[in-house]
Amino acid sequence: MPVSENSTGLKVWQIRDRNQTLKRWFGYLLAVAAFMWCWKQISDVTTWYFVWDAPRIAADIGSRAMPPRWDYMGELWVPIWDTLNIATLGTLLALIMAVPVAFLAASNTTPSKTFVRPVALFIIVSTRSINSLIWALLLVSIIGPGVAAGLVAIAIRSIGFCAKLLYEAIEEIDVKQVEAITATGASRWQVMVYGIIPQILPSFAGITVFRWDINIRESTVLGLVGAGGIGLQLSSSLNVLAWPQVTLILLVILVAVVLGEWVSAKVRGAII
Amino acid sequence: MLQIEKLTKKYPTGDLALTAVDLEIPEGQVLALIGPSGAGKSTLIRCINRLVEPTSGTVTLKGENITTLGSGGLRAARRKMGMIFQEYALVERLTVMENVLSGRLGYVGFWRSFLRKYPQSDIDEAFRLLDRVGLLHMADKRADELSGGQRQRVGIARALIQDPDLLLVDEPTASLDPKTSRQIMRLICELCKERGLAAIINIHDVALAQMFVQRVVGLKLGKLQFDGSPDQLTPDVLTSIYGEEDWEATIEKVDEEDA
Repeated sequence: MPVSENSTGLKVWQIRDRNQTLKRWFGYLLAVAAFMWCWKQISDVTTWYFVWDAPRIAADIGSRAMPPRWDYMGELWVPIWDTLNIATLGTLLALIMAVPVAFLAASNTTPSKTFVRPVALFIIVSTRSINSLIWALLLVSIIGPGVAAGLVAIAIRSIGFCAKLLYEAIEEIDVKQVEAITATGASRWQVMVYGIIPQILPSFAGITVFRWDINIRESTVLGLVGAGGIGLQLSSSLNVLAWPQVTLILLVILVAVVLGEWVSAKVRGAII
Repeated sequence: MLQIEKLTKKYPTGDLALTAVDLEIPEGQVLALIGPSGAGKSTLIRCINRLVEPTSGTVTLKGENITTLGSGGLRAARRKMGMIFQEYALVERLTVMENVLSGRLGYVGFWRSFLRKYPQSDIDEAFRLLDRVGLLHMADKRADELSGGQRQRVGIARALIQDPDLLLVDEPTASLDPKTSRQIMRLICELCKERGLAAIINIHDVALAQMFVQRVVGLKLGKLQFDGSPDQLTPDVLTSIYGEEDWEATIEKVDEEDA
């Protein structure tokens, strides 16, 4: 198709022939048209007065928010500690549940492809599909407000994530190593410990710190719905329009997240 | 010592990998299994220790029918069959010592193996074997730090620490350079002699096989095509196994090497 002969008999090669090129440009045209149409729809329902007003309001809030109220820090140490605990313990709790689920979901380790695997996959999908803020909302009404609700919300939300990445790692292992261990006369569990676990350990460590890193971020907002941590202070400061406090809280969250990223990068570098 | 009778393997895809293969191997005989890719060499070896379940036929090791064993019996039987793999199949992230000791998994309980608390006799044997294959100084290295030849030596030690009656060897030299290939083949054959082990060695390199083994079996499309001594491998025989090709160079090379 892309090879043709010109009038002098030379073979000409192009990556696409003329029809394919035309089709491609027509596709681009459609995409741009769709984009413009959507833009128009959004623009029609926007109250432009508020948008034109935005820089002034932003500057107003900005000026009220500065400088941060540093002495408020005394009240933030405990909530930020709670937040870190929610993230860390939530991740641990999630891993305890995610590891068995991952082994049941991986097609090469599952005891039954027709019965057990679909159940494991359902657990993965269902826990993943609901945001941790919504889990927290539910759990606050079930087990009451506080750190416990946040912890369980983070744990549940993380099961699917960790189990999914882990079962993909299990499915990608080198089967020859497993075969070699099986050939020694090892039992099923010995094959797991010698043939499979050493192969997935790096992924396991990577997944753990990655999820911990995400959970620090997620746990900072859980307080908004009453599930403990620094979000509680954020929400109450926002409610009373205490902008200098809000600034300080945002700064503290930023520092915590940066620290979390730094630690997880170090750990990942050390293991892999 | 090992009898294979009417061994047939049909894969779920319908491919007939082995068709009624009969083979008998006496005590202490080292046998090379040659044949083109896809002839069923690997399948045959794996049907013996049932890493691949045979469709029909029997495998008898020292009077015990392996094909009818339950899972516990099969594990006990597998301990007596050491396996050496193409590309070594070491557990890459474990140390050399752990890899060698993993050959004892059939003999120790789960918690002992999990905690790496092997009996001292196993550890002594592991050191003895590592010394024999020339890797005593590497015991603490991780398997993925080793070169190809060294890894295969670890693979040999892992198979031998099982205290097997039979070695199943699957393309031991396929990813090694010519010199290392010979060293590995020599090592395997020497160890078999020392311990009076029988071995089935799958091998692509006909010349290499001729140098080291007492008996050659040719497999073609899942059927036994040739069974004889290495010097019976004439160009005609090779043509019957592999198809038309100029075989003079292959065989001549062996003659020179022997001289």
